[in-house]
Amino acid sequence: MKSVALASTALAALAAMVGAAQAEISDNVVKIGVLNDRSGLYADLSGEGSVVAARMAVEDFGGKVGDANIEVVSADHQNKPDVGSSIAREWIDQDGVDVIVDVPTSSVALAVQQVTSEKDTAFLDSGAGSTALTNDQCAPTFVHWTYDTYAMSVGTGKAVVEQGGKSWFFLTADYAFGHQLEKDTSAVVKENGGEVLGSVNHPLSTSDFSSFLLQAQASGADVIGLANAGGDTTNAIKQANSFGIVQSGQKLAALLGFITDVDALGLDVAQGLTLTTGFYWDRTDETRKFADRFAEKMNGQKPTMVQAGVYSAVTHYLKAVDEIDDDGGEAVVTQMKTMPVNDFFAENGKIREDGRMVHDMYLVEVKSPDQSEGKWDYYNIVKTIPGDEAFQPLDKGSCKLVSN
Amino acid sequence: MQEILGVPAPLLFGQLLIGLINGSFYALLSLGLAVIFGVLNVINFAHGALYMMGAFVAWLLLHHLGIGYWPSLLVAPLIVGVFGIVIERTMLSRLYDLDHLYGLLLTFGLALIIEGTFINFYGVSGQPYAPPEILTGGHNLGFMFLPTYRAWVIVASLLVCVGTWLLVERTRLGAYLRAAVENRELVRAFGINVPLMMTLTYGFAVALAAFAGVLAAPVYTVSPIMGQHLIIVVFAIVVIGGLGSILGSILTGLGIGIVEGLTKTFYPEASSTVVFVIMAIVLILRPNGLFGRPRE
Repeated sequence: MKSVALASTALAALAAMVGAAQAEISDNVVKIGVLNDRSGLYADLSGEGSVVAARMAVEDFGGKVGDANIEVVSADHQNKPDVGSSIAREWIDQDGVDVIVDVPTSSVALAVQQVTSEKDTAFLDSGAGSTALTNDQCAPTFVHWTYDTYAMSVGTGKAVVEQGGKSWFFLTADYAFGHQLEKDTSAVVKENGGEVLGSVNHPLSTSDFSSFLLQAQASGADVIGLANAGGDTTNAIKQANSFGIVQSGQKLAALLGFITDVDALGLDVAQGLTLTTGFYWDRTDETRKFADRFAEKMNGQKPTMVQAGVYSAVTHYLKAVDEIDDDGGEAVVTQMKTMPVNDFFAENGKIREDGRMVHDMYLVEVKSPDQSEGKWDYYNIVKTIPGDEAFQPLDKGSCKLVSN
Repeated sequence: MQEILGVPAPLLFGQLLIGLINGSFYALLSLGLAVIFGVLNVINFAHGALYMMGAFVAWLLLHHLGIGYWPSLLVAPLIVGVFGIVIERTMLSRLYDLDHLYGLLLTFGLALIIEGTFINFYGVSGQPYAPPEILTGGHNLGFMFLPTYRAWVIVASLLVCVGTWLLVERTRLGAYLRAAVENRELVRAFGINVPLMMTLTYGFAVALAAFAGVLAAPVYTVSPIMGQHLIIVVFAIVVIGGLGSILGSILTGLGIGIVEGLTKTFYPEASSTVVFVIMAIVLILRPNGLFGRPRE
């Protein structure tokens, strides 16, 4: 009897050792790869700022998880899916990267998603918008952190219809993201009693919007919905202003706008614009504290929602790794889903089965130059949109991980 | 409301006018590109970056020195023109005896360096630049609202284009230039300083690009990547007009602006490719371009 007990104890100890050998941090280093656009259209809203945010998160965590060091590496995916996925592959196979973060541009994010799910590596996306990432393309190693096209359309679309903007005309960037944003927003507009009079698809990176704006003006719609991003949005707004579109009573709705876009436009042009955002630096004491530290390292630039989201995602990831002492993709993401997200970015945020991090979004209006007290003082928060309203309901999605 | 091909007439007239405005930008830029190719035999891929520099110098002058739009219209092209002269003297002039390709590669590399430097310091989102007070507002033409500033763009660029054309076609200096294009050695034998002429030509054409940049600053956001897409279209315009043909580049620039405007009305998705379709057709039917002469 005694020998049996001894044997079973030995076996249990052995099993525990094997278990420990499996569940540990690979190479005794947690390597974070920030993959984004460093030189193109989206370099200001993510780019170097996201790398700085990730480094700040690591610093605040103490630079170590248990005994393991934390390292941050970064690269430019140039907004090209093939470049993005090959960097991800090389990082994971050769450099021992354990988690990839940020990755703006939906087409690149979808390509990286393929690689990370195949190689059991965590992927925390802050920069891309497509809801496909948590629907048909969802994966157990993936978390969508900051925003998506659904949240944007629900936030801005609904608010504008409620303010009396019943008829809409869309200027849509002619690629997957633009079409998705137009589709989502059209649905919201119609649900709330509005109508869509038409739309025009413009090529990506158009510098002159006057022809399209003239068509939008001729449609007589109350609202011109801009289903585009970055430089396309700022150019369209700027030119709408010079063509007297806003002055003559039509309203512009930027369906995806970042604080860096408002900065590029200047308040003279951007004032009165309604936007939906996942983060505004001047909201609470904590957000201000983070933004001030961030600005010190970024020549005075305040963080965009994408950059703040990177900080929040990396912090939550490190907590989960610390909790289970393991950096395998699925294992960490599963652990992340069990823990509530509570920091300056999200209060009582939660990660759903489909990988969507659900948190409050904010409907904001751009201040007029008189209201603003200086650079980066740009938004009035009009409304807080509770997370459950802002994001697509779980049962409306098509993620295969969701049990019915 | 009267309709033409299913499009309301006022909308169509509006699009034609807008096409003309964009066309005048194209004309100004392709003019510089054509002059450089005609005289220096170099395909200047840095033209878009130099156009961007013009806009940025205007912004920097305003931001740091308080120098407004009107003086910038002269000062910014001068500064960028001098920068062009330095490029020509230190780099381009060494490549004239080599294949075209070297000039193209050098200017392409320069464009990347110039754009990269500005991105590094100022980011890609761009900086706001307001038009001067007197050019704000606009006029209701009945069929469309014409912003005053855009009307000014047509006037300013047409004046500069016509002036340049007269300079090249109707003056003694222009005659030397045209002669140098035909036979550099012969012109030199007459005691004319050809290298100096080429340096000044490059400086002048670069200043033209910068002038277009200053004109563009209040219309678009002043951004380091504003010249990137434009250069390809402008290059196609120069090819359609006939490489080196000055009149060809001006007329084609205006024409392409109008064709683009119409495409945006009837089939917007094709508006960024229509210019290349036209280029392909022209190259098949007239390999030297619409106004070009065969080069020997």
